[in-house]
Amino acid sequence: MQVFYFLIETIIKCVVVFACLMLSVAYLTWLERKVLGHIQIRFGPNRCGPFGLLQPFSDGIKAFFKEDLIPGSADKPVFVLAPMIAIISAISMFAVIPFGNQFTLPGTDYVVKLRIADIDIGLLYVFGIASLGEFGIVLGGWASGNKYGLTGSLRAAAQMISYEVALGLSIVGVILLSQSLRLTEIVALQAGGFWHWNIIYQPAAFVFFIVCALAEINRTPFDMPEAESELACGFNIEYSSMKFALFFMAEYAHMITVASIAVTLFLGGWQAPLPFLEFIPGVFWFGAKVFILIFFFIWQRGTFPRLRYDQIMKFGWKVLFELTLINILITAFVMLLKG
Amino acid sequence: MAETRLMTINMGPQHPATHGVLRLVLELDGEIIVKATPHIGHLHRGVEKLAEARTYHQIIPLTDRLDYTNAMGNNLAYVLAVEKLLGIEVPKRAQYLRVMMAELQRLAAHLIWLGTHALDIGAMTLLFYNFREREEILRIFEEVAGGRLTPTYLRIGGVAKDLPEGIEGKIRSFVNAFPDHMKEYETLLTKNVIWLKRTKGVGIISKEDAINWGVTGPTLRGSGVKWDVRKAFPYSSYDEFEFDIPTGSTGDVYDRYYVRLREMEWSNSIVRQALDRLPKGPIMADDPKVALPPKEMVLTDIASLIRHFKIVSEGITPPRGEVYASVEASKGELGFYIVSDGSNRPLRMRIRPPSFLNLSALPKMIEGGLIADVISAIGSIDIVLGEIDR
Amino acid sequence: MAENFGILFQWLIFLGMAFVSIVASLLVITRKNPIHSALFMVLTLLCVAVLYILLYSPFIAIIQVVVYAGAIVMLIVFIIMLLDLEVELRSKMKVVYSKIVGVFLALLFLFGLLYSVVAKPPTGEIGSLTPDRMANNVKTVGESLFTDYVFPFEISAILLTVAIIGAVILSKKRT
Repeated sequence: MQVFYFLIETIIKCVVVFACLMLSVAYLTWLERKVLGHIQIRFGPNRCGPFGLLQPFSDGIKAFFKEDLIPGSADKPVFVLAPMIAIISAISMFAVIPFGNQFTLPGTDYVVKLRIADIDIGLLYVFGIASLGEFGIVLGGWASGNKYGLTGSLRAAAQMISYEVALGLSIVGVILLSQSLRLTEIVALQAGGFWHWNIIYQPAAFVFFIVCALAEINRTPFDMPEAESELACGFNIEYSSMKFALFFMAEYAHMITVASIAVTLFLGGWQAPLPFLEFIPGVFWFGAKVFILIFFFIWQRGTFPRLRYDQIMKFGWKVLFELTLINILITAFVMLLKG
Repeated sequence: MAETRLMTINMGPQHPATHGVLRLVLELDGEIIVKATPHIGHLHRGVEKLAEARTYHQIIPLTDRLDYTNAMGNNLAYVLAVEKLLGIEVPKRAQYLRVMMAELQRLAAHLIWLGTHALDIGAMTLLFYNFREREEILRIFEEVAGGRLTPTYLRIGGVAKDLPEGIEGKIRSFVNAFPDHMKEYETLLTKNVIWLKRTKGVGIISKEDAINWGVTGPTLRGSGVKWDVRKAFPYSSYDEFEFDIPTGSTGDVYDRYYVRLREMEWSNSIVRQALDRLPKGPIMADDPKVALPPKEMVLTDIASLIRHFKIVSEGITPPRGEVYASVEASKGELGFYIVSDGSNRPLRMRIRPPSFLNLSALPKMIEGGLIADVISAIGSIDIVLGEIDR
Repeated sequence: MAENFGILFQWLIFLGMAFVSIVASLLVITRKNPIHSALFMVLTLLCVAVLYILLYSPFIAIIQVVVYAGAIVMLIVFIIMLLDLEVELRSKMKVVYSKIVGVFLALLFLFGLLYSVVAKPPTGEIGSLTPDRMANNVKTVGESLFTDYVFPFEISAILLTVAIIGAVILSKKRT
């Protein structure tokens, strides 16, 4: 019967995580507008519900009822497929992230672990899905049959391939330290206070990871694929209605996932920062840390201008790539000396 | 293998970064611009032709709508031309008021430029800060002239009305607060590595090219030419004010940015000087053919009533002749060339808009650059289509 | 009963994935639009990755996705997007030699596959790196790559470097 319990548990966890993720995405859009608003001496959404809290839902309803336009010159099947790829990959990346410890179901001895899947190659899975997600953006721009869209796609493809390399290399240090690709093990090794977190041992790698992550999720200063002042929205220029909303949601879901991965790898995952705070459930710590990172993402969007495409590529290949390699070298060397 | 072909991309007239309805046809090799052709005329209203059917005073509101970010400066250029034609002297107080308003307007125009330019390059927060300050200037205009965007404050021979009570304190507090705001902008941009990367060495136009293309204003000064109509041909008592002409060296986007920022500081200083030294006295020239008689006189004296009626309905009639007068508007040298046949309407009015000539040098700046450079270059020459198309 | 259920489940997945991958690979070579072909190729690769998982080799499966589906096909798509599709479609690419050579190579590959299915497994001593050990641990894969197979590993690295340099030189020449 264990198989059935397992199936039921997994399905429940999937549904709960999916619902939480979607809700977070909805409120992330609200948060971004609110935070940016206050940075920019305005209010942000405040008409719809108290503090504009119902804004995401009204936006969703609006997107749902908008006319769905498909341009005549578009490649229809690919055009429809692209937003689906984007959102599916953004969500399914969350499957391997441990967002909390385990608890025993009250009244039974059944242990529920707070992660959907705990696989040996968790980190690689994340990268695999992320590389599939790029197809969404690249194909979306190409299928629109629009030159701005195509330019956005080309930029997206080049930028994401380049930064994926540096992103992958930036976490090798963490893998070396924890000797595992299993995310739960990486988190378990960081238990017992913030001085055990990987960011203490790998501060440079953390910075590289955040920079590459910003490029991966196409945010300022790396928001090339949709640079609205140059390409007038880039890859999603022809998208409307729910298809556009899917891209939008995928972008924000991606942001949450990337922040979660950063938390898992560098900031101790769901572990409490101080040992005596461990009575607070891990889910809270996880959420708090993710929130801090996301706040940083929003904050820097309000601060920085946008880089130019060729500068981004140069930076990715000529600076970040080398720096991450050096980081690996030093980490490996130190580990060798320590034995 | 297929040969390389150029991609033609149509940037505008509906594009977020072409500042209005400019249409640029770009021929691209990848992202590199091989050829750029600006197409203009989408905002053509025929201001020059309209002016031929209006009396001299009625033309002032038209000039507001040329470069709508710089209405006071446009007014000034036009009334200077007509006053030159009439040969009348404007009282000192009116001259100082004109300078004050023109410099406040230059500040407002540069604030819009800075906000939109930064927004084009992706720093969206600055726009809101700039508009906060611009709003204060527009509030001042509202109290002084009654209008915000199109104040139509200047009159031939002087200004429409004297300063309302209490406005001087508001102007002073704005002027005092402004340097702090400048610091805010500079913190966000001037030494920001990303901003430097996007603007340094981009959209370069050399000194010689700039002069040959007839480029004026901050765009010219960015290339290192120390030329400012306010200094070269001082008008409206500009020779009594202390200010410097900031210049750049390489003529790239960053130099133009830097020149404009320094210009804002000087404009602020000129407003302060004008406020400190504002003389007392009349605000209209004492010329019965041009100035309206005072209202009490109109109500009590039949001759004044008739004069009032004549000037309002028929307008003023300058002597025959041709005249050109120009000012340093926020975008460059704005000139009006008026041909008068002795009637109450100009026979021909020709406007020399700075943006038009600056725009004509745009292809020179951007060819060989990337698409992203087009955006920063357009932002840096600060064009307003209302003035280009007229 | 649960045991049977699991096996049934595996069979269903295997059959589904095998079928989809065969159909998708047929579509790869029949689609006129190269982007569509590339997309079906991604689908094929994904199905094959699932088959690897069924064989308890998640590492190979995920590498399949990252390298082939993610990186290589992405590059192919990138190149296709840069080409003018309509011109390519009209020219119909009538190079006969390449077709003959292609058919020959495909047949050779098919025979190779058939032989490997029919042939008996090679007899010999079984080393320490059994498939079971390799399957579950990335560390074992890494160890074997950097100890027993370090020579071929480094050789392929050099080969790739040479290919990159070659590509750079070729693209430099054009301009």
